[in-house]
Amino acid sequence: MSYLHSIGEYFIMIKGVFGRMTKRSVLKELIFKEIDELIIGSLGIVAFISFFIGGVVAIQTALNLNNPLIPKTLIAFAARQSIILEFAPTFISIIMAGKVGSFITSSIGSMRVTEQIDALEVMGINSLNYLIFPKIIAMATYPFVIAIAMFLGIMGAFAAAVLGGFVGADTFITGLQDDFISFHLAYAFIKTFLFAMILATIPAYHGYYMKGGSLEVGKASTTSFVWTSVVLIITNYIITQLLLS
Amino acid sequence: MIEVKNLHKGFDGEKILKGIDFVFETGKTNLIIGQSGSGKSVLLKSMLGLFIPDEGTIEYDGKSYSDFTDEEKRELRKEIGMVFQGGALFDSMTVEENVMFPLRMFTKSRKRDLKARVAEVLKRVNLEGSENKLPSEISGGMQKRVSIARAIVNKPKYLFCDEPNSGLDPKTATVIDNLIQDITKEYDITTVIITHDMNSVLEIGENIAFLKDGVLAWKGDKSQIFQTEDKTVTDFVYSSNLFKKVRDAQLKGH
Repeated sequence: MSYLHSIGEYFIMIKGVFGRMTKRSVLKELIFKEIDELIIGSLGIVAFISFFIGGVVAIQTALNLNNPLIPKTLIAFAARQSIILEFAPTFISIIMAGKVGSFITSSIGSMRVTEQIDALEVMGINSLNYLIFPKIIAMATYPFVIAIAMFLGIMGAFAAAVLGGFVGADTFITGLQDDFISFHLAYAFIKTFLFAMILATIPAYHGYYMKGGSLEVGKASTTSFVWTSVVLIITNYIITQLLLS
Repeated sequence: MIEVKNLHKGFDGEKILKGIDFVFETGKTNLIIGQSGSGKSVLLKSMLGLFIPDEGTIEYDGKSYSDFTDEEKRELRKEIGMVFQGGALFDSMTVEENVMFPLRMFTKSRKRDLKARVAEVLKRVNLEGSENKLPSEISGGMQKRVSIARAIVNKPKYLFCDEPNSGLDPKTATVIDNLIQDITKEYDITTVIITHDMNSVLEIGENIAFLKDGVLAWKGDKSQIFQTEDKTVTDFVYSSNLFKKVRDAQLKGH
């Protein structure tokens, strides 16, 4: 029953987020601040992880290609497919659930504990809109982060495969272009957009409705990470079934 | 003026407020006192519209809150200033931004005018020169004063304070009490303060509601509270050793 209650509460929260809007000039400022904190602030770790994961995928594929009948172009092909379809959108989103999700939960949770949310409500401000709407809009730019992750992942694969001596640059580029299906990119970005909404709203829910003191803020962040990851994985499965099966 | 009539409020079958009747007068510091769990916060939150009463009415200047339209409720909230127990200042904003916040949200004035108003209010609470500090960089007493400045910057008609001097040393607590009382007179507003602090009662208790188990057990002012023979009140007032010793000394004729 408590799960049903939480799911209901989550959707009521979403309705509230799109309720009475905050003053436009204030909202604009908040959106830019959130883009800076949630998106720009994550680029470093995303770039680092993507580049090295791309490299590892290329090395693993190369080391498992023992059959001389399998062309070396497969290294680039496998790296491209795994990075575009899964590593960039899903793996990076799980990382973001830890980084951005915990930040959202703890920042909103701290505001709950210190009565800052009550202060907004008493002033007649729709606190859901003020706090969560800018985060949703900021996270709508998350597909750009994933595009960068895809690019850097492939660059990492290229560097590892070519500099590691597994394959020549020309062969790698040929493999990269083999059987390219543009819909796979569309699929990746559709699910990235859904992941972005999950990354913005589930941690916000856990922060907004948390009860207790500062210890509970930490617990709420952990719970938020677990649930955001679970929902990301389930959504990933459903979207894959719907779009690729 | 805020008038509470026959106010009842409960949660999960447990009655917290059991028929409160009280008039919070304009231009006076109205205190709600009582032990923890007596229903003070529920009364305050009901008056703020954060809880919907089960029964009874809350009238703002003669008009029942339940008769207000949504638009009127929003307008009323703009006329309310609130000082929270912990200050509830926005951590990421400077002192100036905190105080300016209600003005930015509800007025269309130019930034220069907003800054001038903020400077005026900060001067009123003796905080000139702290504009660019973050709440974490100032003391608890200063945070309370910033909170008061934020509450009055929009020239409210009603000021609510939830234990405004909790966690402060006695001297700073008295400064905060006196500041709230001065502002109440100066702006001629209706101020409602929740407190357990008997020093506050002694300093600024012009109109006091004493709650016990969700019932208005006593009402009066600061001069009457030390004269009453009502046991429920004396038990509370003299639960402080200091006040007990003062009373014993008075009884002994010292």
